[in-house]
Amino acid sequence: MFKALGLATVTALALSAGGAFAAGGGGHVEDVDFSFEGPFGKFDQNQLQRGLKVYTMVCSSCHGLQYVPIRSLSDEGGPHLPEDQVRAYAERYEVFDAELDDFRPAKPVDHFPGSTLDNAPDLSLMAKKRAGFHGPLGSGINQMFKGMGGPEYIYSLLTGYHEAPECAPEDFPGSYNAVFAAGGFPDSCKNEDGSHMVPGSWIAMAQPLYGEDVDFDDGHDNDLHHVAEDVSAFLMWTAEPKMMARKTAGLTGVIFLTVLSVLLYLTNKRIWGPIKGKNKKTS
Amino acid sequence: MSHADDHEGTRRDFLYYATAGAGVVATGAAVWPLVNQMNPSADVQALSSILVPVDGVEPGTQITVKWLGKPVFIRRRTAPEIEAAEKVDVSTLPDPLARNANIEAGSPGTDDNRVLTPPEGSDAVPGEWLVMMGVCTHLGCVPLGDGAGDFGGWFCPCHGSHYDTAGRIRKGPAPENLPVPPAEFVDASTIKLG
Amino acid sequence: MAGIPHDHYEPKTGAEKWLHSRLPIVGLLYDTIMIPTPKNLNWMWIWGIILTFCLVLQIVTGIILAMHYTPHVDLAFASVEHIMRNVNGGHFLRYLHMNGASLFFVAVYMHIFRGLYYGSYKAPREITWIIGMLIYLAMMGTAFMGYVLPWGQMSFWGATVITGLFGAIPFIGEPIQTWLLGGPAVDNATLNRFFSLHYLLPFVIAALVAVHIWAFHSTGNNNPTGVEVRRTSKADAEKDTVPFWPYFVIKDLFALAVILAIFFAIVGFMPNYLGHPDNYIEANPLSTPAHIVPEWYFLPFYAILRAFTGDVWVVMFASWITGGIVDAKFFGVLAMFGAIAVMALAPWLDTSSVRSGRYRPMFKWWFALLVLDFIVLMWAGAMPAEPPFSTISLIGSTYWFAYFLVILPLLGVIEKPLPQPETIEDDFKAHYGKAETPAE
Repeated sequence: MFKALGLATVTALALSAGGAFAAGGGGHVEDVDFSFEGPFGKFDQNQLQRGLKVYTMVCSSCHGLQYVPIRSLSDEGGPHLPEDQVRAYAERYEVFDAELDDFRPAKPVDHFPGSTLDNAPDLSLMAKKRAGFHGPLGSGINQMFKGMGGPEYIYSLLTGYHEAPECAPEDFPGSYNAVFAAGGFPDSCKNEDGSHMVPGSWIAMAQPLYGEDVDFDDGHDNDLHHVAEDVSAFLMWTAEPKMMARKTAGLTGVIFLTVLSVLLYLTNKRIWGPIKGKNKKTS
Repeated sequence: MSHADDHEGTRRDFLYYATAGAGVVATGAAVWPLVNQMNPSADVQALSSILVPVDGVEPGTQITVKWLGKPVFIRRRTAPEIEAAEKVDVSTLPDPLARNANIEAGSPGTDDNRVLTPPEGSDAVPGEWLVMMGVCTHLGCVPLGDGAGDFGGWFCPCHGSHYDTAGRIRKGPAPENLPVPPAEFVDASTIKLG
Repeated sequence: MAGIPHDHYEPKTGAEKWLHSRLPIVGLLYDTIMIPTPKNLNWMWIWGIILTFCLVLQIVTGIILAMHYTPHVDLAFASVEHIMRNVNGGHFLRYLHMNGASLFFVAVYMHIFRGLYYGSYKAPREITWIIGMLIYLAMMGTAFMGYVLPWGQMSFWGATVITGLFGAIPFIGEPIQTWLLGGPAVDNATLNRFFSLHYLLPFVIAALVAVHIWAFHSTGNNNPTGVEVRRTSKADAEKDTVPFWPYFVIKDLFALAVILAIFFAIVGFMPNYLGHPDNYIEANPLSTPAHIVPEWYFLPFYAILRAFTGDVWVVMFASWITGGIVDAKFFGVLAMFGAIAVMALAPWLDTSSVRSGRYRPMFKWWFALLVLDFIVLMWAGAMPAEPPFSTISLIGSTYWFAYFLVILPLLGVIEKPLPQPETIEDDFKAHYGKAETPAE
């Protein structure tokens, strides 16, 4: 009875966790094979540096990273830039210094500036505040196997710009994006029952990446998919800079507790032996 | 508890010790993060070392910067100031020690042991850069600079301590020379504190 | 019902006697740790220790987080990010605290359903059960207020919706809601008091836990047979029991280590799995997220809250008979708290003379259905409030009440229980055979 109950509870947990996300109206989020996925996955330092470049050259003109200290760019496990490069990088930005009561060039100890546009969300936690994977059936099973899908969502959104479908009026505000769910949607693209003819919606952000937006110093491919992938990986790092440390701590804990479990199991068996008797009946 | 066979007894004991040992290690490993979280966090640690650009400091002037919440004096001394400081007989000083965090503790308080060495190949006059905490060693006031006091160095207005052009205590209640913090030139025009 | 006869602590040396005559603390600890425990307890009796561990884990990590957290609407969200990025090991401690709440509720639900199946709530253990229910309520309050502290979108809107429940109370609802929030809406005053209470309540829980343990140490543990330990003599009692230390301490620690290994895997590899992504968006009083969903452990009761809409005949009837005072909203609130209240009343609603579900052939099936019902409600609570989910919620809620109010009282009358073992010793021997060497 209780074995079944335990199993059922685990199932229920799995089911309920993802239930919240079941009703999204977004399009297909592609599962990208990022280097940091899985229990042993690590951030790819070069990829993060490329992503930083994309962020700097493209995203940062509207968006900000207000929770990210610039100094963390030199953190091990992150982009791991040399400190003098971080100092030079910091000076790109102007920050307000309350002591000087004036703006001054940023230092590594300062944070990245916030967004410059009111309707451009801060990107610090973007990879954690969106879930790319849902269901099936209001269950969270996909997330259990693929991860929450934050960076995949960003990747899919950046590559999800398409020619607006013909049903839409010419002057409908925004750009059509097949992945973005929360934007405007023209009535002329809805069926009679209110369902949408096309996935996604119209997003206020114009298509930011077309491919070949930046040249990478390491000569890496800069077509749209690679650029989008790199910046998504970078944003995963800004959202969860301690991911590597977390996984290491988790793994250490699991291994140690497993050893402890085995020892305790044997001890338990040994001390109960005389009470239970050696010849356990099959009942 | 039953009496098991003797050879079983040792095996049993070993198991118990191993389990207890693993339990103790697990507990210890769990306690350390709980202690360590109270140590300075990354943002505080990042402030423990700052870079100060000094290319605007002319001979005979000084700047005051805030480091670890306290003022630090960075003075570019003139030739007469250097000369005055070098002439002093260390054995006559109230505090004969250098109080310089960059050299061996207990070194004598000669002018050479107080100043910051300019980087190799720079055109700075040797001994012209003096970096020290701007906190009077008496009761923690900030001394006045730019030739103040009887010895042409610094003067603490709180209780009248006089420091010379090398920041050494000469007269008044302060017990020690102004301490020199960890400092170095990272290039010809930048000093790193901490 | 007298306690189970067993050896008590006897001070031997002079120093021991000196202390014992002034403060019998060693004796108290000895009696607690050496308490005779039915030797046939199965693996469902581990959750008490897991829960104690959870309480300690949450208090310790919570006190640490409070050292770095700032309860102010402008700074709360940023201070959590400070913990995640700057504080030494802060990211892990926060994830432990966050997922610790989930572990706490997994364990408490296992513990409650174990009690429901084996009849642990029945006489003479009613007080233990009632204290347990109070602990559960305090846990829900603590968890709810804790979820507000990171000041994300779900924090803010969850607080708005749940405090809105109190606004549904007729006549005095609105003043109560305003009093709870310290203003017309969730704001800085709310955040500050929730922080204060979130810090306070765990210590109230700890005190209740002490009473909970005191209560069942007075009556003795229940066990899978529901047959009481023989108290006729110490010799008889020793045939049915073993001392808590080392037998059950080691067994429970083994279970704890296994569960913690799974817990660390979740914290290390998927710490946000049980959370909601919207809570990484800072609270915005001007924009409601598309789907407000409480944490998973509230979902069954959230489903009950939403199940009773204005078109359900019970609600219409209640509204008519009270002259409109009880509307659908208030009915939902009553139903939600009622669902916990009927569970707390189980000792008096269950009329069966047999304690353990093991010897109740019909009860078993109704109980299994209750477990299933709980899981279905949990799922329905996460789905949008529209058909078919609203209908499923209504059916599920109805069964929940029917189980406690109708099935439990009736089963005691109509069910023919199976024969129970005479003693715990008999049950134990039936499983394990006789010990090959006599106990020392």
